[in-house]
Amino acid sequence: MTVTITVNGADHALDVDPATPLLYVLRDDLELNGAKYGCGLGQCGACTVHIDGKPAFSCLTPVGAVAGRRIRTVEGLGSAEAPGLLQQAFETEQAAQCGYCIAGMLMRAQALLDRNPDPDEAQIRAHMQTNLCRCGTHMRILRAIRRAVAMRKGVQVGAQAAQEVRP
Amino acid sequence: MKRTRWTGRTAGRWAAGGALACIVGIGAFLAIAHRSDLPTIPPPKATDFPAEMLSHGAALAAIGDCIVCHTADGGVAYAGGRALATPFGTLYSTNITPDPESGIGGWSKEAFKRAMRDGVSRDGRHLYPALPYDHYRQVHDGDLDAIYAFLMTRPPVSAPAKANELVFPLGFRPLLAGWKLLFLHQEEFAPRPDRDAEWNHGAYLAEGLGHCSGCHSPRNIAGAEKTGSDAYSGGVAEGWVAPALNGSGPAAVRWTADSLFTYLRTGVDGRHGAAAGPMGPVVHGLSRAPEANVRAIATYIASLSADRAPTAPAAADRAAEAARTNPAGAALFAGACAGCHENGAPMMTQGRPDLSTVTALQLDRPDNAVRAILQGFHAPTGPAGPAMPSFAASLTDVQVADLAAYLRSRFSERPAWTALETAAATVRKEESQP
Repeated sequence: MTVTITVNGADHALDVDPATPLLYVLRDDLELNGAKYGCGLGQCGACTVHIDGKPAFSCLTPVGAVAGRRIRTVEGLGSAEAPGLLQQAFETEQAAQCGYCIAGMLMRAQALLDRNPDPDEAQIRAHMQTNLCRCGTHMRILRAIRRAVAMRKGVQVGAQAAQEVRP
Repeated sequence: MKRTRWTGRTAGRWAAGGALACIVGIGAFLAIAHRSDLPTIPPPKATDFPAEMLSHGAALAAIGDCIVCHTADGGVAYAGGRALATPFGTLYSTNITPDPESGIGGWSKEAFKRAMRDGVSRDGRHLYPALPYDHYRQVHDGDLDAIYAFLMTRPPVSAPAKANELVFPLGFRPLLAGWKLLFLHQEEFAPRPDRDAEWNHGAYLAEGLGHCSGCHSPRNIAGAEKTGSDAYSGGVAEGWVAPALNGSGPAAVRWTADSLFTYLRTGVDGRHGAAAGPMGPVVHGLSRAPEANVRAIATYIASLSADRAPTAPAAADRAAEAARTNPAGAALFAGACAGCHENGAPMMTQGRPDLSTVTALQLDRPDNAVRAILQGFHAPTGPAGPAMPSFAASLTDVQVADLAAYLRSRFSERPAWTALETAAATVRKEESQP
């Protein structure tokens, strides 16, 4: 069966079983290897991507369910050469240790910042609650999100250079 | 046909008589409705209460689940502010910390007990029956004293009450006196001599502080619980169906005192399901309550259905047939649910309920199944407890409807659910509100 999905703005027609988890399609068919398989139970968040702007567990999302909907992965935030604002903040704060959870953390956090550019600490913590880091870098991740909020405010006062890079 | 002719004079006489009757009636009503304010006291100190009384009060407050309604989402414990949606509008719970200004710091023991039994605030205002004083008036005096001691020794928090948003004219509190005349007749709990001590202890806790029937019994048009044979025949709580506890519900397997104990203590029973929605906080409280209290409640609740056989046929699993009639739902199940719920999935080896025995899939209404899919639920007892992620971001309303229809046809012999897409849209709309 052919399923057409839109990932980071590009359409892909795929010959897949509609029950296949979106995560497998992203990694195996589209070679977007940012999102990771963690628990397969929707309890760790390593597979988080955006579906129509909202964070979702791609390991528990059948690809047939997202035909025609907007999917965004960590690859859509920026590249190694031109990282997005949140990615820059994660880098500056050295938020990754082993890095396995980070793509999910980034997408989860990005969804919050897209909806609320100036979240307070309680809102950040409540929002990030579903994503786990086995290395225990949560404090650095929280710092990185706060840094991204501050950087974005810098953009608003006119620092053109810090403007978020989006493909 | 001769018609009575209304002259200006007779009409005037009738009007005057009517007005007088109204005034007398209103006067009499206000006289009944009026409750005096009780004097404030200096807030008591922790040393005013013996330690055993405080620990007893803590255990009772856990059974009563005061903290659930009297704490806002993300707010300070007991400081109130939680929105309680009712068919009559939204009520906001009040601050029951001992803050003298915004809480109950100035309340005497007598004022507290009057509120718990008669639903009257210290200042004489009638309280709405969202505070289940119809249940609390069944509680023994000494137990109310212990809860008073427990609450008066919590950290005081300044948190003024939010204004309620009720339909006209229910904001006029003296009307509650009429409600109480009709519905507030419960007496202090009296043990039944033909039952043993554990049953009576359970009945006392469940009928009084636990107020189980507050959700598990249907309510009449005035919002009062139905009693008699309707008691425990199932109700609604925050949009979730609170299943019948009197055996008239569709549970595929009969509840026993042991299975109820396991459910109330751990949040999950392998042959009925997990505690979700408003039952989660109840289990959270009971998982920490003295074990004997929970055993007693389980014994009492099991007795309510002891003489009724389950109404549903034996557990069903018609995977092939359901996949044939609803291939879209089957594909969604395979991609979204099977990793945890399919036979042989890792979760199923941990004693989690088989979907063919889950009560939510047997109920007449799809609400609990749809809510579980869209809202998910947190483990009520800590990290090892049962949990389910929300599928609101990954599934559309149509897909939720397909999935629910598939689950119903695969795991239940009962009639198909209708209006599933509307049910999903309703829950999602609620979710998107701030």
